[in-house]
Amino acid sequence: MRFELILKNWELFAGGMWMTMQLTALSLLIGFCIALPFGLIRARSNGIGSKLINAYVYAFRGTPLLVQLYLVYYGLSQFEAVRDSFAWPILREAWWCALITFSLNSGAYATEIIRGAVQSVPEGELEAAKSLGLSPFKVTRLVLIPSALRRALPQYGNEVVFMLHGSVVASVITIQDILGVGRTLNARYYLAYEGFLTAAALYMALAFAAVFIFRQLEKRYLGYLKVSR
Amino acid sequence: MENLIEYTPLLLRGAVTTLSLALAALAMATLLGGLGAVGKISGGRLMQAVVFAYTTIVRGVPDLVLILLIYFGGQRLVNIAAKAMDLEYIELSKFWAGVAAIGFIYGAYLTETFRGAYMTVPAGQREAAMSLGMRPLQVLRTVTLPQLIRFALPGYANVWQVLIKSTAVVSVIGLEDLVGLANDAGKSVREPFLFFAAVFCVYLFFTWVSQTIFNAAERRYALKEHHDAV
Repeated sequence: MRFELILKNWELFAGGMWMTMQLTALSLLIGFCIALPFGLIRARSNGIGSKLINAYVYAFRGTPLLVQLYLVYYGLSQFEAVRDSFAWPILREAWWCALITFSLNSGAYATEIIRGAVQSVPEGELEAAKSLGLSPFKVTRLVLIPSALRRALPQYGNEVVFMLHGSVVASVITIQDILGVGRTLNARYYLAYEGFLTAAALYMALAFAAVFIFRQLEKRYLGYLKVSR
Repeated sequence: MENLIEYTPLLLRGAVTTLSLALAALAMATLLGGLGAVGKISGGRLMQAVVFAYTTIVRGVPDLVLILLIYFGGQRLVNIAAKAMDLEYIELSKFWAGVAAIGFIYGAYLTETFRGAYMTVPAGQREAAMSLGMRPLQVLRTVTLPQLIRFALPGYANVWQVLIKSTAVVSVIGLEDLVGLANDAGKSVREPFLFFAAVFCVYLFFTWVSQTIFNAAERRYALKEHHDAV
């Protein structure tokens, strides 16, 4: 074991940490922005829009993230129209392809989570708000969404860890995230154990940090539901 | 499009590899999950600590990291061992490295699934069966196991759906599975989108078929209303 080579290259791993955290956080954020309206529509209506969203969710949850990433990163360049379009400077960058794919993927999973959470909000809470004379829009904004988001916390915490773990496939398209650095070191110095073990430890640390944060959030925002049980 | 048709037999072979890998990994995960659950439920303190470490560590590490660790790390270990014993260079099987890694990972998830299902079967039922003079194995077979299957099925189905998608990353170590072959073929005929779209659809098909099968299984093991019972 030559862990001193890891220490010598700690800056690479620090950069990898930053890359992983950045990609994961941005994807989760964009995914959430997709999921909030989509989840509400899925929970509240059964029209054509809801069906289309369901198709999106089904497709992204039913296929591997790696295949989705390949489809965007390698696949789109097949078309001349894409290569000639204004979006090409973005779509030929591995980082942007990863961000787009991860966001769409996280959006699909989060849509399901939010749909479930919205449906689990007791009807009484909404009726109470209505009886106070709140408009439907205000009921949604002030009562339904906050209540649903609280209820979504435990499952959304899982999604955060899932996205963190899923983001490793970025290393396959040359991005220097945590695993990317591990693979570089393996290729350069043949550091199979050291590089990958360090990567594993860093991912574990991030995953546990996320779990810890969500446990605190649940205590803060979901505590009242646990007491009443 | 003609290219895709021409390559269909190749892709089908890849799909078979993917499916075999997934099923072999599921078998291993089921075994590990069963052992883990037994260890957690009835093992001593040391056993429980071992299982706790296993489930906690494995669930904190991404699948691809573990696959690379097992494949490259295992390869190095085998090389050192081979050198020490004066053997020729042995190459680790990519397929079995993938099975080992994925089976090991989802064994940790299934440990929790099985343990949870076991806890859901009320202890009173086992005690009642024993008080009727049934032997422990009989109790397990006729009372605990049927209910365990019922309670574990939804979680088991979930793990399978995640597991089969997880097999895609084994292509990163060069396994010629569905994703690996489609990647090579798609690039060589310069139609990567078409080929990955095909892979996309094959995975959707797998997901859909699995869902159908598990739904049927859940109905089969569901609590039935006994109209004829007195």
